[in-house]
Amino acid sequence: MKNPIENLNKIFDSRIRMGVMSILIVNEEVSFNDLKQMLDVTDGNLASHMVNLEENGFIKVHKGFIGRKTNTTYSITRAGEKAFKDHIEALENMIKGMK
Amino acid sequence: MLTLFYKVLFMDSQHPPLETLQDIKRMMEQSSRFISLSGWSGISAGVCALLGATAAQLRIVSYLQALRGDHTYESYYRGDTNSLSASAAALYNDLFLIAGITFIAAFISSFLFTRARSRRNGTSMWDRTVQRLAWNTVLPMMVGGFVILRLVESGFYGLVAPCCLIFYGLALVNASKYTLGEIRYLGYGQLILGIINLWTGGWGLYFWAAGFGILHIVYGAFMWWKYERQA
Repeated sequence: MKNPIENLNKIFDSRIRMGVMSILIVNEEVSFNDLKQMLDVTDGNLASHMVNLEENGFIKVHKGFIGRKTNTTYSITRAGEKAFKDHIEALENMIKGMK
Repeated sequence: MLTLFYKVLFMDSQHPPLETLQDIKRMMEQSSRFISLSGWSGISAGVCALLGATAAQLRIVSYLQALRGDHTYESYYRGDTNSLSASAAALYNDLFLIAGITFIAAFISSFLFTRARSRRNGTSMWDRTVQRLAWNTVLPMMVGGFVILRLVESGFYGLVAPCCLIFYGLALVNASKYTLGEIRYLGYGQLILGIINLWTGGWGLYFWAAGFGILHIVYGAFMWWKYERQA
């Protein structure tokens, strides 16, 4: 029998990483502060998850400035989009399989 | 047996798949759409529009009565032959005033209801989703405003009401991607009324009242019933 969870992506197990991907897939570019606010997490916590996603090649980081303050924004990569869609599909298949 | 299978499946993930999918959907929507638009805003805008339309209708009736009475008291007194066009100018002036007041009252009342709901939801009133919603609504309406201004300048008064409905309808359909999606159907309703009204010139005020008044109230009541009733 085919293992029903083989397509689930371990990286998206974390609620925060999954939240980041959900937001980035429908928004072209989102700033660190907006993500923080929407996911209701602390700076340090979010930053470590973002590094993880970036190292996996799922998101791209853009560093800019607004005046003197740094403004870091993120966008999703092709690979990230594909990985996230596969993950959702795997979740859907699990639900269908349970019925 | 089934529960065992279920448990094995989720041993290493804390969330069952259905909940996770619902979470994903919720975050996609919250991050890309402004969801605190209140049904009361629709109802209040509709009531303002009906009041405005009634005021305009009363003003038009008084103008027509003056027309029928050959000479108004004033023109008789002054022996003014230009009185008809003068009172027509006064009529348009008053109608614009009524339209302006109606628009401002509708805007302020809808803004207040939506701000109240936004506060209850704990969402910001000026984040990215609001900015995008505002721009995508204002753009078609601004273009419509220029078109209508030019129509008035050129004397095509009969096209003002249908153009209001059409450009507002397009603005709503455009806005539906950035807020609760049902507003699209309000937009379709305005578009249909507007297009019919292109060929039924004399009925402009009635179509206008139906679109901006009644459709708004129906939409607002539906949205309230669907999203805010229990809250």
